[in-house]
Amino acid sequence: MVRFVAALISLAALSATAEAKDLTVAPGGDAQERIQTALLDAKPGDTVRLAAGRFELSDGLSLDVDDVTVAGAGPEATVLSFKGQKGAGEGLLITSDRVTVRDLAIEDTRGDGVKSKGADEISFINLRVEWTGGPKETNGAYGVYPVASTNVLIDKVTVKGASDAGIYVGQSKNIVVKRSTAAFNVAGIEIENSMNADVFDNVATHNAGGILVFDLPNLPVMGGHSHRIFNNQVVDNDTQNFAPKGNIVASVPTGTGVMVMANRDVHVFGNRISGNRSSAIMLVSYTRKFDDKSYNPLPRDIVVRDNTIGRNAWDPEFAGGAMVAKMMGGSLPPVIWDGVTTFPGLPGVAKVRLSDGPVLNLNLPGPGLVEQARPSVAKTVGDAVVSEPAAVVLPARQAALSR
Amino acid sequence: MTRWVALLGALLCLGAAPSAPTPGVALDVVLADTPAPRLADYRLFADASARRPNAGLTPYALNTPLFSDYAEKRRLIYLPPGKAADWRADGVLAFPVGAVLVKTFAYPADLRRPDDKVRYLETRLLIHKASGWVAQTYVWNEAQTEAVLKRAGARLEATFTDLRGQNRTVDYAVPNQNQCKECHQLDKTLTPIGPKARNLNGILVYADGPENQLAHWTRRGLLTGAPAPAAAPRTARWDDPAEPLEARARAYLDANCAHCHNPRAVASNSGLFLGVEESRAPQLGIGKQPVAAGRGSGNLSVGIAPGHPDASILAFRMASSEPGVMMPELGRALVHEEGVALIRQWIAAMPAR
Repeated sequence: MVRFVAALISLAALSATAEAKDLTVAPGGDAQERIQTALLDAKPGDTVRLAAGRFELSDGLSLDVDDVTVAGAGPEATVLSFKGQKGAGEGLLITSDRVTVRDLAIEDTRGDGVKSKGADEISFINLRVEWTGGPKETNGAYGVYPVASTNVLIDKVTVKGASDAGIYVGQSKNIVVKRSTAAFNVAGIEIENSMNADVFDNVATHNAGGILVFDLPNLPVMGGHSHRIFNNQVVDNDTQNFAPKGNIVASVPTGTGVMVMANRDVHVFGNRISGNRSSAIMLVSYTRKFDDKSYNPLPRDIVVRDNTIGRNAWDPEFAGGAMVAKMMGGSLPPVIWDGVTTFPGLPGVAKVRLSDGPVLNLNLPGPGLVEQARPSVAKTVGDAVVSEPAAVVLPARQAALSR
Repeated sequence: MTRWVALLGALLCLGAAPSAPTPGVALDVVLADTPAPRLADYRLFADASARRPNAGLTPYALNTPLFSDYAEKRRLIYLPPGKAADWRADGVLAFPVGAVLVKTFAYPADLRRPDDKVRYLETRLLIHKASGWVAQTYVWNEAQTEAVLKRAGARLEATFTDLRGQNRTVDYAVPNQNQCKECHQLDKTLTPIGPKARNLNGILVYADGPENQLAHWTRRGLLTGAPAPAAAPRTARWDDPAEPLEARARAYLDANCAHCHNPRAVASNSGLFLGVEESRAPQLGIGKQPVAAGRGSGNLSVGIAPGHPDASILAFRMASSEPGVMMPELGRALVHEEGVALIRQWIAAMPAR
């Protein structure tokens, strides 16, 4: 009995030291200082709880404590409005590990919506990030923006109006983007310079481009690979591209469903893709000049299979598209590959397996050499045997957040 | 005997007498785990309005500092008695535990008379605790009698007359504690930025006359292991037209950009690295396409277009005061016109490719 009581006491003591607390912040005056103070005061295990209502913020907020949850009362109930933002490059910045942001809305940030940098095991759940004036070049670039992170979870997030990508994951590893909606952005969902992303059960609609998988040169993390893009609805991406020039997404043709650029081991399957006037699925090389010997500008080891492809590519926006379409009797095949298989200085030949035909192979001799195209159309193109990347497995604690 | 005791009593009470010497810096407060609520608690100054540094503090200046909305920055360093900084040719000097870097941001009513009618806004402390560096800031009251700890940031309206006689208003931002760290970090560890040997290698006018700071610190026992100033690396003065344009521009970018645009710092993912040690063209922005600039690109294609400042994103973002566009994204609300002019001149002078 004595031993039992002693054990009970020590258990109680343990739970007391580990006890997580809520730091609740209600809307009203000094919201900026009160939320920021809570974000500074939070200890690992704590939840910063933002009550229902509208918070008017004048500057960026930031969190740098590990193991903290920032939770609202729902993406329509708790609204952080950055309409009056005077400084900082984003609305909320997270630089610590094992952080969850959930159940709230972030509106009208001057730069990016919510960004995490170098934040491992970062989760964004049930959020709404929106520029409320609709698609505009003056909107911020990214809605949800994890970068340089390992273990990224984005679930049930809605982003509208981003002048670059609604959901953007950059230079990261082990990524899940699911059950989310991206609409009226330039790019709906973009995975860039990253490894192992599973992007599934999302809706990308009314963007200029639905889902993009890119790799760019001269960055600390390069050589993106091993992504599975599946079971998404990529429909009616029909918003005219409104990205500020200079950005890579400004070159995405309006009405693109899925676009893969300079990546390897990307598998696109089981998606419903329709209503995209330039193309359903486009595989292209990086065409700009670059000075980086470690960079591979070609898409390679790409598999496109078992997608449900509706009407697409009836009015392609890209250079030469209309001409080729005319040659083909009015519209282009839904799947387009630039057909570049080799690049000076790089070993090997790029292989693909594109089976959702008809497929247009432009057979370009090098990136962007459209004027030298030798277009051919076939039911399927390529027979590369490329094994599908294994499903992304997040740490158990993180995976449990989105059951 | 009675008189003797009375005298002793008076002596013991001297600490409270107005004519008494000020006690030294409160090292226990400096080293405490939690920040003091008021700046005065550290006793870094001999007076409540912090116009007179306490014994043990040494003023310093940087050849090329960070632009901070035209605020005057008054810098002091405190080292515990008997302690010295160790020489480092690269990066910041190795400061001992207990070191405090004190920086007061202030606006003279008229920048052309920098010592007249000076309003203090905030005094920032970087303290080297046993566990590492910690950043705190203390915001001054209107009466300029007290500065209190402010962790969550603040906005202060300030007015001044600029060097051209124009009246200016600035919505001055006091950073929150995380924002201090955003700039002051390498490999996620908080660190000072300014007091690098090369940026200290210049003349300062001390109370007893002008002297090279490295020589002064060495002579006073504040710095050990330093070579003679002539043998030490030196950052150019950005505003000295007698120095080479390239050196001035690179010094400016190093001081104003490279605390984030560094492979070990906050903007590492941009791939744009602006420290003086960077020599690779794309990393410096030359011909480099933007990655995550958004509307910060200003519809331009590359960071630096040699020979063409108007086509260079770098110059465009420096010339903006709009959040989401402007760079640096923290630490200023105004455009540094002279800094923009320098960088434009540097880009214009680059041979076009």
